[in-house]
Amino acid sequence: MSEAQAQMSEDDADLAAAAGGASIRTAVVTTGGDYSSPYPDQVLENVLENVLIFLTSRRDRNAVSLVCKSWYRAEALTRSEIYIGNCYSVSPRRAAERFRRVRSVVLKGKPRFADFSLMPPDWGAHFAPWVIEMAEAYRGLEKLYLKRMNVTDDDLAVMARSFGNFRELVLVCCEGFGTAGLAVVASKCRQLRVFDLIEAEVSDDDEVDWLSCFPESGTCLESLIFDCVEFPINFDALENLVARSRSLKKLRVNRFVNLEQLHRLMILAPQLTDLGTGSFSPQDHPIDQEPDLVSAFTACRSLVSLSGFRETVPDYLPAVYPVCANITSLNFSYANITADELKPVIRNCHKLQIFWVLDSVRDEGLQAVAATCKDLRELRVFPIDATEDNVGPVSDVGLQAISEGCKKLESILYFCQQMTNAAVISMSNNCPDLVVFRLCIIGRYRPDHSTGEPMDEGFGAIVKNCKKLTRLAVSGLLTDKAFSYIGQYGKLVRTLSFAFAGDSDLGLKYVLEGCSKLEKLEIRDCPFGDSALRSGLHHYHNMRFLWMSTCRVTRQGCREIAQQIPRVIVEVFRWNQILEEGEKSDLVDTLYLYRSLEGPRADAPKFVNIL
Amino acid sequence: MSSMNNLSESGKSGMNLKETELTLGLPGEPRVGKACMKRVFSETVDLELGNSGKKDSSGSGSSMKKESATSRGKLVGWPPVRAHRKNIMTVKSGKYVKVGVDGAPYLRKVDLELYNSYEQFLSALEGLFTCFKIRTVLDEKKLMDPVNGVEYVPTYEDKDGDWMLVGDVPWKMFAESCKRVRLMTRSEAIGLAPRPETKCSSSSS
Repeated sequence: MSEAQAQMSEDDADLAAAAGGASIRTAVVTTGGDYSSPYPDQVLENVLENVLIFLTSRRDRNAVSLVCKSWYRAEALTRSEIYIGNCYSVSPRRAAERFRRVRSVVLKGKPRFADFSLMPPDWGAHFAPWVIEMAEAYRGLEKLYLKRMNVTDDDLAVMARSFGNFRELVLVCCEGFGTAGLAVVASKCRQLRVFDLIEAEVSDDDEVDWLSCFPESGTCLESLIFDCVEFPINFDALENLVARSRSLKKLRVNRFVNLEQLHRLMILAPQLTDLGTGSFSPQDHPIDQEPDLVSAFTACRSLVSLSGFRETVPDYLPAVYPVCANITSLNFSYANITADELKPVIRNCHKLQIFWVLDSVRDEGLQAVAATCKDLRELRVFPIDATEDNVGPVSDVGLQAISEGCKKLESILYFCQQMTNAAVISMSNNCPDLVVFRLCIIGRYRPDHSTGEPMDEGFGAIVKNCKKLTRLAVSGLLTDKAFSYIGQYGKLVRTLSFAFAGDSDLGLKYVLEGCSKLEKLEIRDCPFGDSALRSGLHHYHNMRFLWMSTCRVTRQGCREIAQQIPRVIVEVFRWNQILEEGEKSDLVDTLYLYRSLEGPRADAPKFVNIL
Repeated sequence: MSSMNNLSESGKSGMNLKETELTLGLPGEPRVGKACMKRVFSETVDLELGNSGKKDSSGSGSSMKKESATSRGKLVGWPPVRAHRKNIMTVKSGKYVKVGVDGAPYLRKVDLELYNSYEQFLSALEGLFTCFKIRTVLDEKKLMDPVNGVEYVPTYEDKDGDWMLVGDVPWKMFAESCKRVRLMTRSEAIGLAPRPETKCSSSSS
């Protein structure tokens, strides 16, 4: 057949299939007058499906689905994990109709700024409609990963009883549920391997002893993470659980587990690869002699990840020496320790790739990190005291040291009070593999403290020299020039975060016009207005979302955007603003704009206006 | 009802009295003016986080007059550290108690160490449960739901497990012995009699 006829027959076959059911094919007559046999197409599609099973990357799959209708269908039938970056971009029904054989769902709700109290708590992102749809459509569901969703105990109950083969539950930054929900999951999901609560807000209003609810005879648990739970747990139940979970590899307990208890757990589970140590501080009135922690750590030969240290008593830190040489991930970000307390630990951590720490270790501590951790890929330095101050414990000195010592760095989050362009430029030159650069100078509008200049050149160097950069967060005194650099060089950037920066609309224009790969843009307290907003009209449908709070955008400006782009939802809300007596302001407090296949959501609370 | 007497006695304690003024407005009317100050959405421990930096350190970015206003001069969500992480640092200090309301399914938590007086505490409750307002009735401050006029009486469970009326004992003593707080409707609270400073062990209904 000629190519054109082959194409036509395939389309006709598709139409027939759509009308009559996927498996029944009838011969169709093409406009050319030939009968075409549908069977070769059926074979083609079967072959395709068998090949596509091996394709796992969702971006690849998205590309495949665009080839033609047949490929679209084959891809839809073989996609086993769906990733929904914004729960409002598509309805549960629509997702379930396209992808019918899904085993794993990743679902994300609120935008990141919700973590910093910039969003009212009842804004939305409810898991309920999703779980109800999935309960019918995805009976074979095995894995669920939710981030920034509102999940209730009822939702967890529906989930627990609907998916007989359910294996993995990961809740990140979620809220709305409590111990009752956890208990249902524990008792009903008999195949559960992964039960991870990460930075979730769990309520203990019901005060249910959820740890006692796991199957008595033994569990398949491989990962149990609950370090974010802010209330006591039943330790005996936990100990019992660990004893009967022979597959357990990851265990992160909360701060209500003390050192003595930790010791008992470690003895039961020397096979752990990932340990969250809880408070790492002894019980208030020790009755027995001190537990032999060193032996316990020595026995954990497979340990590669260590975290916890919520109320660390530094005297006990030496207990971790036996595992330092092996660990690739160390989270000290809750440990208020000094440089001198850090050094003996870190100097053994040659294999460390991920390190989270508090700035209590000061520049000196970071220098020690730089001296030893040559393989470091990710560094996060958190502030122990989050108030604006003139001098802080870490500064450009620490950043400079890291840039010189850790040349393989890929991701950095650095809180400080002051910084210099020189140190940032140095990092841009020394760390070419940087993918994520997030610098937070806590003092707003702070210039380079040694030259008095804006921080434009530093961030400019980052976008210019770090060719793999996809995520950037800026701070300090920044003029529109910084944004022009970002627009000019940030061609791969997907996520941008601006706060208290820029001079005028031009800043945002540079970015919206220049960053063609931009997907997520979060802005607060910048002088960007309607004109800047308009300059992104060509691009918003390519983005996951735009967030602008306390900028200079007006209601009218937002309305224009809403009218001009179909399939983009424009939400505005004002909830934190005081109107001076008699003042009428057209300025919008918060604009949250996102693309969506659906119309305006039905669950928007009263304070949200959808334009 | 004498439970609120302590409030009028406890003085100003550095509290902006304007915040407890009556606002004139029908239920359902948009709340403008000082009433809006009470709307905090973050963790209750972040009650300090009203909003708005009044001035920035260098004066540029001057266009930011429309920064969210504040009742206490601190900026919301800055620096961008999760509330969870912020709380952790001060976790050893602070005395958190649950606050429940009759008829509402949710509980909130407050840190009693943030307050020095019953007046401050009541104002905080008003901020937490935005459906309530403090009304002055016959020289006493009461917590009322302006929509239906129902009065709520703060009660608390003390160290001994007894339920008492809030306000009977000096603030510090209350803060030390309080384990949890419940805002009961007046009819529910009838059985609780004010107690003298020396504890009786009889339980309340």
